[in-house]
Formats: sequence, structure tokens, C-alpha cells
Amino acid sequence: MDKETRVLDEVTIRFAGDSGDGMQLTGGQFTNTSAVMGNDLSTLPDYPAEIRAPKDTTYGVSGFQIHFGATEINTPGDHCDVLVAMNAASLKVNLRSLADGGIIIVNTDGFGAKNLKLAGYAQSPLSDGSLSKYQLFQVDITKLTNLTLADMNLPQKIVDKTKNFFALGMMYWMFNRVPENTLQWIQDKFKKDPELIEANTRVMKAGWNYAETTDVFAVKYEVKPAPLTPGRYRNISGNQATALGMVAAAEKAKLPLFLGSYPITPASDILHELSNFKNFGIKTFQAEDEIAGITSAIGASFGGALALTTTSGPGVALKTEAIGLAIMTELPLVIVNVQRGGPSTGLPTKTEQADLLQAVYGRNGEAPLPVVAASTPSDCFNAVFEASRIALKYMTPVMVLTDGYIANGSEPWLIPEVDKLPDISVKFRKDPNNYLPYLRNEKTLSREWAIPGTPGLEHRIGGLEKQDKTGNINYEPENHDLMIRLRAEKVERIANDIPLAKVEGNEKGDLLVVGWGGTYGTLKTAVERKRKEGKSVSHLHLKHLNPFPKNLGEVLYNFDKILVPEINMGQLIKILREKYLIPAIGLNKIQGLPFRSMEIELKIDEVLGGKK
Amino acid sequence: MNTMIDEVVTKELISPIKYSAKDFSSDQDVRWCPGCGDYAILASVQRVLPDLNIPKEKYVFISGIGCSSRFPYYMNTYGMHSIHGRATAIASGLKIARPDLSVWVITGDGDGLSIGGNHMIHVLRRNIDVNILLFNNQIYGLTKGQYSPTSETGKVTKSTPLGSVDMPFNPAALALGSGGSFVARTLDRDPKHMQGIIKRAAEHQGTSFIEIYQNCNVFNDGAFFQFTEKETKSDSVVFLEHGKPLVFGKESDKGIKLDGFSPVVVSLKDGQHSVDDLLIHNEKDSTLAFILANMTYHPELPRPVGIFLAQDRPKYEDEVERQIDSAISKRGRGQLEKLLNSGDTWTIQ
Ligand code: SF4
Repeated sequence: MDKETRVLDEVTIRFAGDSGDGMQLTGGQFTNTSAVMGNDLSTLPDYPAEIRAPKDTTYGVSGFQIHFGATEINTPGDHCDVLVAMNAASLKVNLRSLADGGIIIVNTDGFGAKNLKLAGYAQSPLSDGSLSKYQLFQVDITKLTNLTLADMNLPQKIVDKTKNFFALGMMYWMFNRVPENTLQWIQDKFKKDPELIEANTRVMKAGWNYAETTDVFAVKYEVKPAPLTPGRYRNISGNQATALGMVAAAEKAKLPLFLGSYPITPASDILHELSNFKNFGIKTFQAEDEIAGITSAIGASFGGALALTTTSGPGVALKTEAIGLAIMTELPLVIVNVQRGGPSTGLPTKTEQADLLQAVYGRNGEAPLPVVAASTPSDCFNAVFEASRIALKYMTPVMVLTDGYIANGSEPWLIPEVDKLPDISVKFRKDPNNYLPYLRNEKTLSREWAIPGTPGLEHRIGGLEKQDKTGNINYEPENHDLMIRLRAEKVERIANDIPLAKVEGNEKGDLLVVGWGGTYGTLKTAVERKRKEGKSVSHLHLKHLNPFPKNLGEVLYNFDKILVPEINMGQLIKILREKYLIPAIGLNKIQGLPFRSMEIELKIDEVLGGKK
Repeated sequence: MNTMIDEVVTKELISPIKYSAKDFSSDQDVRWCPGCGDYAILASVQRVLPDLNIPKEKYVFISGIGCSSRFPYYMNTYGMHSIHGRATAIASGLKIARPDLSVWVITGDGDGLSIGGNHMIHVLRRNIDVNILLFNNQIYGLTKGQYSPTSETGKVTKSTPLGSVDMPFNPAALALGSGGSFVARTLDRDPKHMQGIIKRAAEHQGTSFIEIYQNCNVFNDGAFFQFTEKETKSDSVVFLEHGKPLVFGKESDKGIKLDGFSPVVVSLKDGQHSVDDLLIHNEKDSTLAFILANMTYHPELPRPVGIFLAQDRPKYEDEVERQIDSAISKRGRGQLEKLLNSGDTWTIQ
């Protein structure tokens, strides 16, 4: 039977199942295949908070969403068009993210009496009519998988582990994906176990054939390649990009990299990644606590290493006093905060942008420090590279803000050419004549980096107030006033050394949507849609949050209204209002979830009223 | 791996330089209270360093907060007067990043055992090659006289007007319990002994922990006089010397013998015991070290002073270097280009 093929611009699929159902792997395979086929895409995993939640319960549900298209894709998608649900609990948890009229593919074996009870369904949603507004496809994946492997006499546990490949096979058929990439992956992954190669390959092909030959599915879809910039790509998550960015920065600074860190969700993957790169001479130190994470890094920085500490909000709270020490001793240090829901322990696995004020202001005394934010998963690479550049050139700690959403999300990344990355090396002081630890470069106000082991430059630094130039302890009123101002001025002058703010869209208009961090893709999508409708709206996304680009005021004053959407109660907006005295409007959502483009679009409509 | 660091730092000592104690004293006025025990410790360190045959620029002194932590300012070496309790963690990072340096930690009973207790136990278990001098004066001096984690129970201070109710730490036992590979105790008023211990600590490969009884003549004067003053010292202190029996007393007339696992005092004059009955110190024996450390605070036993334990154990920073070397020999020196292009990649034409 020849089936109908419909061409789509973009699709969002969500794979959902029990933690043990292999949904992350399935989603990852679909992602890689789509990337290789030339689609632009964006993905978001959704792990359960519990490590080993009871099977088939709602808190054990694991999901993976992929948004791919023939056009530019900037977000993992507001809603999914297709939901693959391996059991009742995963349907229950994920149904609210499915668009009206969307496709549901369920494994009917996951909807037995026990599954339904554990998921909290009084009766089966498959038969009670509650799914009537969706296109429901029921497939007994478990049974079909068993049949496929019946002659191999494998233990049932192994058979169960292959059923996600049946689902993947069906989805590959439905979206015209080439299976070769995944078949090759199976070969590589199980090369020590030919039985597993055989089983997984068979089950995936069975899924494909089932979709092709039975009349359960009448329509298949085609999503053509997107017009991407030519070059070599790989898929990358935010935490991976952070790790690679630091390796690149160390290389380009010609310094050894030292990471002092304490495990914390959602930042631990950076520590894991960097621990793997020992052949780059990288030293990773899993410290006894957050404080030792940063103070060990300060020690390494004193010794001349490119020093890094990685954490999330609660960890930054603990590191705060030490950040003050780095500011006072004027040592370079990169601090990465992968933000999560707060306050206190908050929502460790959920995203939030509520640590901006902590980053900019959250220390005792007058303690300014540069703050850089990453806007997408791959942009984490640029953010930490830029933070390293600033830290080394200005002898200061720099805070990098990412968040759980972009740290775990991934997107295709145009791999940068190493030769084109800027040289960010600095020279250590060597000349012992006329050395004073706190003499400053006239232009940057940065002091010189003199490291132990250099003859004739022996000096002492510390957390007590320094005398200008000599760095000796000094309690004089005028000196303290001067040093406070010098440290502040040093940070302010970085504004001369960063790119100007540049809006996407017209430089003047009715409304400017200003954002920072992980909301980039969503804001961009929403603003572009509204522009297509003819609305006078532009988008500005800030990467440097302290200091701001020099021209930020001018840029803002060119618009009648300013809208600042944030995943917090309004933090950037506070700083903008205070600095530029503008009556900006906030849009704030604090649910541990990213914005949906639709939410931004509705707000844009509201702010602009009936205006076209 | 060649980095910018290699361009400035001294690689190895080309010809031994003759230093004197004065070369290690900085131009800053020393500002401890007159009569403070810290002066003697500073002088002892400055006297020992010239003997170690290490270029001056390789020394780094790191301190936290407290009276003792002013120490780095008075040393003409690299130094950092950091924040309360964190000197051990900063020193750990520095030594791991720069194993070529001789890293020293100056701390006190409050800085090192109270606010910095966590970092202290962890540096000891890791055995990072830093030398920790813990100035124990059993009081908070800088904040003007509150009781400390080593103050005796019942201590009356500004913050404990009716006497403290907590039991003090025994720093030597704590260091041993943390896995310390070199644990010693010495006295501010016995410079010769102190210098000997500091030298041994400097030569030890791994973390060295020295508890120094230090008199705070302003807030806790005489806390250790029983162990440091001539009239009482010899009856109250037993000096631990490797391979030698534990003898003490004005006329060397007393000794320590083991009764089961418990040390007891025996007389060498009453005809019932001779030196042959006494416990022989072995600084390589960690079980013995625990027994000796636990003599501290025992009302009937003399206070043990000297090296409790000096054991060889792999150094953390060596293991780190070893892993790096083996990763390089297995996978080749890391190449950024290759790393960025690793994993599944694809090309868009
Ligand atoms: S308060 Fe005590 S410990 Fe501090 S300097 Fe004075 S005498 Fe020394």
C-alpha cells in the first residue's frame, strides 16, 4: 500500500516512558539522525528528580523532546506534535505538553491495570474517550518486540531493553529518517556482544516494517534539510560546551587549567567532562565542599593557572566570601553558575534565572565583578571563553551564568576553527625592578600577575584592604575610598572592551524585548513571529550583564516601550530601571520551566494593544 | 606541558644560595602583642628555611584569619593572608597546580580547627605536601578572648561567663584520625626543639601537621606554662624520640610503660622497673601514634611532645601528575582541534 507523504516545516516530538525505558537514548538517536540529515534542531531532556523512582509511577517518568525543522529552530518547542508514551504514567505527565490534534503513540502493554493504578488513572484513558481530541495510535510494542526476538531465546530483561528501538523504528518510518546512522551506532555500542547487535537491529527494523506494512499509520511526514551555515557540526549540550570552552580558553591563554568543584545539580557534568581531559594537562579537584572548590581555585590562580570553579546557586551562596577574596586580591578566576530553581535547595532539576542579582550584587562590601551570560547551549562555549579573556586581562573573578535549561538542552553547533579563536594569553611579570603588587595598567587598571617561583617578586596579598600600589595592609580612610573606586572603575572600563549592544530587528520602534541568558531562543522566535505580523518589535539579548555595553542606554531610548521577560521576579529589569530610569515592563514566570514562545507573543500583543 | 608559567619560574636550584634568617624577614613591622609566643615561632621558621636548600622564591606562606595568620606579612616570601579557615584549601589548590613550590600553612586553633576544620581533615587525608603550623593558644586572641575548640572544659571567657561546657579537641589525635602522615607537637618556648620539628616537617613528603603550644600572654597567659617552664616542664612533658624509650622527669627518673594498650607512668628509682621495660617510640607505627596522642589531657600522664607519626604515603599531587602522564601516554597529548571535532559530527555543504 502506498502511503501519503506530507511535507512539514517543523515538528516537535516527545519521547516519554519510565526511567528504565531508554527514552533519553531514543531521543538522542533521533536527534543525531536528524542532525546528520541537515535539519536544524533543539532538544531538551526531562529527567525525573528521583534517582530510582518506583517503576511506572509519575515521578519515575523520563522524557526527551526534540524540535527539528527545515527552517531555523531556536527552542525545543512550546508544545509537541507527537507524543510517544511507553506507559500510562508517561502519558499522564506529558499530555499537557501535547498540542491539540497532536499524535499520541502508546505502548498498550504499559496500560495494564497495575500501570493505570500506579499512574493514578481510575479508568484507561485509551478507552474512556478522554483522548478524543488527539490522534491516538495504539501499538502493543512489548508483544511485538517479544515476537520479533522469540527465536533468539534471550532473557526477558534483555528483550525488554530493546523495545525502545521498536518505537524508534516506527518514528523513523513516520518521519522519513534514514536508519543507517543508528544501525551503525548499534554496531559500535555493542561491538563486544553480537547478540545485542542482532536483537536491537532486528527490533528497530521490525518497528519500521510494522509502521510501513500495517494500516495503523496512513500518513508519513517529510521534513527537509534546513538552510544552515556550511561547515562541520556536532550536537552539544550547554555543560559540554562550558567544558570545551574552558579547555579552549586555557589553550589560547597558554596556561594550565585548574578546576576546583563540588558536585551539585545541574553543574556536575562540567566536572565530569573536564575530568576526562587529563591528557590536556587539566587538573580537576573534587573538593570537600563548595568553599574549598573556589578557594582551591584561588590558590591555583595565585600559582598562575587559569582557575575555574563550577556550581549552582546554593554553591555560589557558599562561595561568596571567597569571591570577595578574589576581588580583593585581584586574581583571575572564572565562576560558572548553572542556575536552578531556588531559594535554598529549591528545585535542583528545574531551571530558573533568579541568581542575576546574586551575581551582580551579592557580596559583602563594595565588590563589583563582571558577569557574562550564555544564551543557548552552544553559546556556553563563547561565554566561558569570554569570561576567561576578561578575567585574565583585568585580573578579576568573572561570573558566568548559564541555567539548567541550556545546560542540559542541546543543539547543533558549528564547530569553531581553533586558529580563529583569539589569543588571550597574558604575560606574567618577570622583571624584579620597581615591582609593586598593586601598580596598575593605565588603560585597564589591571594589576600585574606575578606568580610564586619568580625570583625577586616575592610579595604578599590578602583580604585586608590594600594600600594603593604597594598592596601593604592599610586602614587609612582616603586610601580605602580610593581602592573601592579603583576596583569599581576597573570593572566599569571593561565596557570599552566588549561588543556594543545590537538589536535583532529595527533599531527604533514601538517595543523592544530585552532578555538575557537561556530565554534567547524563545524570545527570538516570539519576536520574529510578531514582526512577520507587521508589529514594530525588536529583540535585544544581553550577554554582558556587568558592565553593560556602552551604548545600552541609547539603544533602549530608541523604543517607546521595553518588555523584559525573565524566569524570575524581575531582576534584570531592576538593574535597567535603576541605571537607565526607564519604565520597563516585566513578564515573569517562575515555575521551574522555560517560557513558551506563545506566552511572550501574548504579552507583546498586550503591551502593544491594538497597535500594528 | 609547556605554559607561560615555565617562562618565568625558577626550574631548579643551579647553585645553592646561602641565605640567612634575615633574608626571610620582610620590611613590615611585626605587630603581635609584646611577649606573644608568635615571635618565637616566626624566628624559628626564619632560622630553619636557610637550611632547606630551596630557592627563596619557591616558598609560599598561606594563612587564614587570626593573630597567627598575620605571619605571611612578616616573611619575605610569596604569601597570602586569606579568609577565615580556608588557608588549607587555598594551599591545596596551589600545591596541586604548582608541585614545584614549598607551601606552608599558618593557622590557629580557631582558624584551623573550628571554622576551617573541614578543610583541615581533608588536606590531611589527601596527603598533599604542605606544611601546616597550627599555633594553639587555646583561645581566640584576635576577637579578644572567647574560648576556642581547644580550650579546656570549664574555661571562663567573655562568651562563657559560667565556664565552657564543651570538650576540647586533641589536635594531634584529630590529625592522626584524619589520616595525617606527619603529626607532631612542639613548644613556642623551646626554640631548639621547635626548629628540629619544623625541619623534619619541611623534609617530610606529604602533609605535615605541627601543633605548636603558643602562649597568648594577653588573653590566656600561662596556658602551657606547666609544659614550658623550667620548674615543671621535665615532670610534665615526655619528649618522643624515634627508637628511644619514653623517659622523663627532672632526673630522668620516670618512664612510660604500656599496660595492655594503656600507657602508665613507672618509676625508674623504686627498683621495680628499668629502662628496658619502657615503651620505645617508633614514629612509623600509627597504632602507637594514636596511643601516644591519647595521653594528651590525661591527668596522670605527662604531655607527649615531638613527632607522633612520620609515615611515607603517596602524595596527592604526585598521583595527579601520574594520571596526567598516563593519560598522555595512552591517548597522546590533547589536541584542541581534535577534541572540538570529537563525537558525532556532520558537514553541511
Ligand atoms: S592577642 Fe594573644 S595571640 Fe594575639 S598577638 Fe596578642 S598575645 Fe599574641
